[in-house]
Amino acid sequence: MTLLHIQNLNLSADSGKPILRDVSLTLENGQILALIGASGSGKTTLALTALGHMRPGVRHVSGQVLFRGQDLLRMSRRALARLRGRKLAYIAQSAAVSFNPRIRLDRQVTESSRIHHTMSPDAAHARAREVYRTLDLPTGEAFYNRFPHEVSGGQLQRFMIAMGLHEMPEILVCDEPTSALDATTQVEVLKALDTGIHASGTAAILVGHDIAQVVQVATHILVMRNGEVVERGTVEKILHHPEHPYTRRLLEMHRGFDAESGTMAETVAAASATAVSPSDRTDRAPLLEVRDLAVCYGTGGFAVKALSGASLTLNGGEMMAVVGESGSGKSTMARAIAGLVQPSQGEVLVNGRPMERDVLKRPLPMRRAVQITFQSADTSLNRHHTVGRILGQVLTFFGERSKERRAERIRDLLEQVHLPADYADRKPSQMSGGEKQRVNLARSLAARPDVLICDEITSALDNIVAASVLDLIAELKRELNIGILFISHDLSAVAAMSDKIMVLRNGEVVEQGPTAQVLGAPRHPYTRLLRSSVAALRLGWLEEASALHRSLRDELGA
Amino acid sequence: MIRFIVKRLAAGFVLLLVISLLIFVGCEMLPGDVAQIMLGQSASPENVAALRAELGLDRPAPVRYLAWLWGTFHGDWGVSMTSRQPVSVMLSERLSNTLTLAGLTTLVSVPLALLIGMVLAVHKGTRLDRVGTIVIVGLCATPEFLVATLGVLVFSIHLRWLPAISYVTPGTGVLTQIKSMLLPLATMTIIVTAQLARMTRAVVGNILTQPYVETARLKGAGPVRVIMVHALRNAVGPLINIIAMNVAYLISGVVIVETIFAFPGLARLMADSVQARDLPVVQACAMIFSASYIGLIMVADIVAKLFDSRKEPGAPS
Repeated sequence: MTLLHIQNLNLSADSGKPILRDVSLTLENGQILALIGASGSGKTTLALTALGHMRPGVRHVSGQVLFRGQDLLRMSRRALARLRGRKLAYIAQSAAVSFNPRIRLDRQVTESSRIHHTMSPDAAHARAREVYRTLDLPTGEAFYNRFPHEVSGGQLQRFMIAMGLHEMPEILVCDEPTSALDATTQVEVLKALDTGIHASGTAAILVGHDIAQVVQVATHILVMRNGEVVERGTVEKILHHPEHPYTRRLLEMHRGFDAESGTMAETVAAASATAVSPSDRTDRAPLLEVRDLAVCYGTGGFAVKALSGASLTLNGGEMMAVVGESGSGKSTMARAIAGLVQPSQGEVLVNGRPMERDVLKRPLPMRRAVQITFQSADTSLNRHHTVGRILGQVLTFFGERSKERRAERIRDLLEQVHLPADYADRKPSQMSGGEKQRVNLARSLAARPDVLICDEITSALDNIVAASVLDLIAELKRELNIGILFISHDLSAVAAMSDKIMVLRNGEVVEQGPTAQVLGAPRHPYTRLLRSSVAALRLGWLEEASALHRSLRDELGA
Repeated sequence: MIRFIVKRLAAGFVLLLVISLLIFVGCEMLPGDVAQIMLGQSASPENVAALRAELGLDRPAPVRYLAWLWGTFHGDWGVSMTSRQPVSVMLSERLSNTLTLAGLTTLVSVPLALLIGMVLAVHKGTRLDRVGTIVIVGLCATPEFLVATLGVLVFSIHLRWLPAISYVTPGTGVLTQIKSMLLPLATMTIIVTAQLARMTRAVVGNILTQPYVETARLKGAGPVRVIMVHALRNAVGPLINIIAMNVAYLISGVVIVETIFAFPGLARLMADSVQARDLPVVQACAMIFSASYIGLIMVADIVAKLFDSRKEPGAPS
């Protein structure tokens, strides 16, 4: 039976710019429909219309959203409120901001039953506990009655799922329910969501950006691009017989990395062939050498060890991936090497020369040698300056006085990051996310560094855009023969192109070595956990991964 | 929680000590001499010196400071230099007038302002909000003396409903007292309500854009529930501080309104005493104003803390 029928829906921004163009879809009982697409494709906006909700700035132009024959977009607020939370439920992207910080979790989970008077307090209490158990949350009344800041990110997202399922809704709308979590936690939350949906038998709309993850849960897929549906079909059809070139590209992104064996088939071989062979430079000191680096935050009894005893060597033309979940100390290490935080012990050597610990005490040539590119181009680039001015400032700082030579270098830098020369006159607001990140890279390259540290530079980008930035990094590594330290929480992104890899956990290096070796035969259970968290593009992966996760978590002793 | 309160009380006490020193030094730096002013320009130097000795002004400043501080803690605020009355007697009458006016204003304006602010926040962007905001911002920008003068013009001179001067004489009936206070009360209520409503609209409006409010709406919560259950408890922290500042202002900063209506309040007493160089009274008033600010902000902080679930990390919840 058809639950939801969206007919020729057109939505626009307040400015008149279309957000959804002539979108139609149907959702039958028991179906789980995944909406896939880049950010800005309109997938979240479309999903929210299934709740009769449009965020501020979105306008209804034409079309209908029929739930059991009633148009949600023309319904009175009161009638809509009666459906929400009871028949149509919502799971937000980031549980961290989507729970009220001042209300206990259990009260929030059961709130719908009090709003709609659907259950007695006792029944709501029992129902919530039933769902908590299904979702594999820790047991205990004290735990259920915690405040949102008192549980972990993965647990909070499971409470969010419990809240969505509490009233046994007919349609559950999930807006990228795992994208704000660490890779290892994503697997577990995705499994909980899958179990929860199937246990309650609800139909669902699942918004996702990682196609390999959503196929684990979904029955049908809708691929969106620029507000239009480009392809739709069952999971099997999309996986095995994709028709639209865009769908094929989305799938390609995942075919490169074979998570099961941990190798990148051809790519690793290709990368090591082009890399400068270390034997060429045995007589010289390595480009970057880090010895026993440790960083503490705070002092005295309150000191927290963010990084303990990390050592590494990096040669020109080499790339080392640093992976680990948030809080593992990878950014701390990057900042300590760059001199932005003071290490409590250890040293950093570039070309065999020890570096001052504090970047402010480093002389100009020493500063030039190590450059760092940050995750968010939006906060790194001054939005009031043109690209030419942003790059020019770096050149002036490092002593380029001639205006002509600066202009020439800016042209070269833009060419290096594959941007047209006329981008020098643009401001950050006139560029896309991927373009801004390229400028951000060019800003680091303007110093002509020996070592480039990339701190999560692709995390904020969509898969396809991120892949093109990664290609650019690989190219820069080859052409400029610089050493690259690439920090990422996404193993699949970096495994493809790094020569070496370092795995961090709770500030300690758990494993380190050539990428093919470490990922091919990981010795530490945590590395295996990370590797098994990379979604494989085949059905049934989630079952295996979550089973593997459970045993690895046991082995790690939580 | 108790540790927090004790800590805040101790900090408030130390702050008050520091302020007492500042007040004393400030009064020392005032130009002019009480004895000279009391005796007039033609007084002989001997007479001035004799009066100074009588008033204790010839002792060194640190001694006078300690003597004053010691007296203050014992409720002995000294003797007024001009009226020769004990300061505590002068203060008590004025203080009760000020507290009555401030208390009544708070009772009326706080609920009214919260209501207006929340209604505007819920209807943000609608015509109601636009008109309401213009009126409120307009009132915020209107000087008190204008509101007060217009009030006198309309209600006292044209309509003759209310007295233009609200000089409260002890012993008159309650009704007369209330009637005489009505104009200053209305003036201050208008000013304070406008300020508070504007801040409430900003604070609540900001909370209503938070993702957890969207979550609540998508659970089917209506506007009343969203405000009462979800928004208000998050607004308590910022709002209670704004309210405390406004109440403190009502106690100490209403000298203009008090002057216009000839209302015998504390603020005007202080202004008059500064002119007369009656330092014991000035110092006493300044101490009371400072203590009221510190006390009110302390209460606000404690209330905000009570509403904050994130108190004391690691404590059992």
